[in-house]
Amino acid sequence: MVQKEQWGGFKGRLWKEEINTRDFIQSNYTPYDGDASFLAEPTKATETLWGILQGLQKEERAKGGVLDMDTHIVSGINSHAPGYISEEHKDLEKVVGLQTDKPLKRAFMPFGGIKMAEEACRTHGYEPDPELHKIFTEYHKTHNQGVFDAYTPEMKKARHNKIITGLPDTYGRGRIVGDYRRVALYGIDFLMEKKKEDFANCGNGTMTDEVIRQREEISMQYRALGEMKQMAASYGYDISQPAKDAREAVQWLYFGYLAAIKTQNGAAMSVGRVSTFLDIYIQRDLKAGTLTEAEAQELIDHFVMKCRMVKFARITSYTQLFSGDPVWATLEVGGLGQDGRSMVTKTDYRFLHTLENMGPSPEPNMTVLYSSRLPENFKSYAAYISIKTSSVQYENDDVMRPVWGDDYSICCCVSATQTGKEMQFFGARANLAKCLLYAINGGVDCKTREQVGPAYRPITSEYLEYDEVIEKYDAMMDWLAGLYVNTLNVIQYMHDKYYYEAAEMALIDTDVRRTFATGIAGFSHVIDSLSAIKYAKVKVIRDETGLAVDYETTGEFPKYGNDDDRADEIGVWLLKTFLDKIKKHHTYRDSEATTSILTITSNVVYGKATGSMPDGRKAGEPLSPGANPSYGAEKNGLLASLNSVAKLPYEWALDGISNTQTISPGALGHNDDERVENLVRVMDGYFDQGAHHLNVNVFGIEKLIDAMEHPEKEEYANFTIRVSGYAVKFIDLTREQQLDVIARSAHERM
Amino acid sequence: MEAGKKSAVGFIHSVESFGSVDGPGVRYVIFMQGCRLRCQFCHNPDTWNRHGGEPVTAEELFEQAMKYKTYWGKKGGITVSGGEPLLQMDFLMELFSRAKEEGVHTCIDTAGQPFSRQEPFFGKFRKLMDMTDLFLLDIKHMDAEQHKILTGAPNENILDLARYLAEQEKPVWIRHVLVPERSDYDEYLLRLDEFVRSLGNVRRFEVLPYHTLGIYKWEELRIPYPLAGIDPPAKERVAYVNKLLHTDAYRGYLED
Repeated sequence: MVQKEQWGGFKGRLWKEEINTRDFIQSNYTPYDGDASFLAEPTKATETLWGILQGLQKEERAKGGVLDMDTHIVSGINSHAPGYISEEHKDLEKVVGLQTDKPLKRAFMPFGGIKMAEEACRTHGYEPDPELHKIFTEYHKTHNQGVFDAYTPEMKKARHNKIITGLPDTYGRGRIVGDYRRVALYGIDFLMEKKKEDFANCGNGTMTDEVIRQREEISMQYRALGEMKQMAASYGYDISQPAKDAREAVQWLYFGYLAAIKTQNGAAMSVGRVSTFLDIYIQRDLKAGTLTEAEAQELIDHFVMKCRMVKFARITSYTQLFSGDPVWATLEVGGLGQDGRSMVTKTDYRFLHTLENMGPSPEPNMTVLYSSRLPENFKSYAAYISIKTSSVQYENDDVMRPVWGDDYSICCCVSATQTGKEMQFFGARANLAKCLLYAINGGVDCKTREQVGPAYRPITSEYLEYDEVIEKYDAMMDWLAGLYVNTLNVIQYMHDKYYYEAAEMALIDTDVRRTFATGIAGFSHVIDSLSAIKYAKVKVIRDETGLAVDYETTGEFPKYGNDDDRADEIGVWLLKTFLDKIKKHHTYRDSEATTSILTITSNVVYGKATGSMPDGRKAGEPLSPGANPSYGAEKNGLLASLNSVAKLPYEWALDGISNTQTISPGALGHNDDERVENLVRVMDGYFDQGAHHLNVNVFGIEKLIDAMEHPEKEEYANFTIRVSGYAVKFIDLTREQQLDVIARSAHERM
Repeated sequence: MEAGKKSAVGFIHSVESFGSVDGPGVRYVIFMQGCRLRCQFCHNPDTWNRHGGEPVTAEELFEQAMKYKTYWGKKGGITVSGGEPLLQMDFLMELFSRAKEEGVHTCIDTAGQPFSRQEPFFGKFRKLMDMTDLFLLDIKHMDAEQHKILTGAPNENILDLARYLAEQEKPVWIRHVLVPERSDYDEYLLRLDEFVRSLGNVRRFEVLPYHTLGIYKWEELRIPYPLAGIDPPAKERVAYVNKLLHTDAYRGYLED
């Protein structure tokens, strides 16, 4: 058993024998079920730094969304000299480290694709160094090049026609959460030693593809760990050894995360589940009298401030997909342990409290791992913060814990992954609404008129007949699932080859479990369309070439979102059917296929590419986001809508089922106390039924309209709203997306 | 329900699965169809017609409601509002007797207009009252004449209902819609204050500022809107009226 002087006072054995952060946490944390009254106000230093940062954010917005960009240096763990929020006040920063040498300056990251990196610069008026172009086209391949070298014509066509869409083939796939806590708990030297052992034990001398690849990967991980040490040293810290106190623990952990965001520009770059872990260090220092509550809060505030600063250079089409400049620096609080104890600590409160100390913010993507068995005090505080800031999302710990254990992190917007044990291959989405139209039109895209899918016989009858549609839809989904999985196989292969996540994987077990995430877009529209075909009369409107371009639906039909089994069961069927088809196919590196119903803000872009549907949605209109019911479909209020979504079994969509709801304050209760209590009841009721996820917004439509018309008002600078799976500053959305958010039914019956 | 006995049919306007302001906690709110009052400020004039609505049996509706039990916690339950629920007491009795069998909190949101101490109404009402945990009683106006102008009906029996519920020590929340140029005069409000204070069973007293969100329904129904041009009361005025009525003193609901 290893012993380190920095571990004084820590209990337990197993975590000293092997790398096992979970065991360390379970052996040492102090559950807290008291209220929020112990929390401290921001310190002067926090206010000063946050003030400077807000000024920079304002400047950034004024410059069209980007403050500064690097055009010469390729980003790496040690590519830049140390940077600070403010040179003048750098002594105030309790947690240091920036992605580049200046705050909010975006790094040049070409490994996903040089064209994209260059376009990102030019979009914002910067000219990248021509030498870089030469290097990454003539001397070195990128992930994007690799993918296109292997794509089939059919894949390119499907991608171009956006039936599979949002694919990570031009940027980092993200969604890999390093166990950044390991840096603090063990120090880099110990982690390097362990990777060295893994290297020595890798294979028996027979050099199969797998063994060769793994040996190369471990070497890259080992190197990345060394580079982390070097980076920390440039900021004046030696992270070769474990952190000796709370401040070092936060700093060490952040250095691990910083290495990840300096080397990868994944769509989602999660921080992970760190609150309970850090609390152990804070608790030890508080007990020893070497830290005060104000100082503890300051550490968390400064750490969170850094998470609020994470930026990547993006291209316009990316921004249309994922609006509001998100990075999904997802960070979790709450949850229960396998032994039934609440894992809520005072530091879980401290993280939520950052939303009071520094105001609402989209990042880090604050996530409460919810169970009705969490301490009432904590549930109430989280609800209170939701009502005040609309910056929190909730995920059901009771459905995730049986699958992922009690030390999982949220690796994207809503997807769970075991911390330090797993990695995920992110795979965007298949547009199942479009697939239904392909089934009707025999594989022809009614927007582009291209033959994209297989040329099966189209439906030619005047009125759609349910059994015929289902038969054809089933066949078309078969085709789509196969093509989709294989497209992703190409992407994941090339990403491993050309854009390997060495820094993150260095903080994950060598013997890693891999999941293969797929996703569904257009969910509610397929349900309602099939319901219309089944329960009402749907007449097909065809153009002169015989292509179905629109539908005339007469009669009533049940819609998803009203707790009506007739419609909701179509949804359950759709999810299961698609997942079964996905699972039939070989997946890269024997990863485990999962699916999701979440679309981020991409529902607007996907909708643009999707023709009219039998449910009444017109061509080009946004799809409804995630697993949300369609706009205007909900007739019986919030809980009926929640009940519909809750029927979707999480076990069939292990990658997540996102649901976003907006409630006006007046409809939630008469006063703050009642609102808090009612919101807690809503979540208890929803999650006790096995639902997975809920985004909660609390504001009225008037506020949205005013913010859209008057973005310059001071009160809207940080006005944050939850959208599918993440949060954005409302004024950072495109006008189109703002209108979309406003159009979604807010629950505000008087 | 006894075997072979037919479940009572009610006519409902709509339901709201998430009611949070019509009684304690999270509630399933049933809006009954039909009302004899013609309140000038009504925000649901589409519930007036007594010959409309969707027919539904008490048993069916109760089963629908129970799908939301998981959200009710210790406080929540079912509220029947309207329209005027007391126009369909047979239906309510069956619904509430089912609710009581399952231990569900029941609440009636009424304007009291059908109330009378005459039979057959009174007998039924007393039965229903025994199954009702809480009444939300709207007092539209204290002055008899003004009440007629504002609602088209007298208020004597409504005030009598308030007194009867007080005699029976039935928990009540009193609600009063504050309408400028109609009820929003100190003179009337002082009378209301005195009346409510005399009751003794009031667990909560709420002033609901008149709002204009229901106007579109009048337009859809092509009924001329009688309060055209009257704006909702100012925030300051609402705060003042709350003081005048001592609404803060009715805190029983916090302990219920």
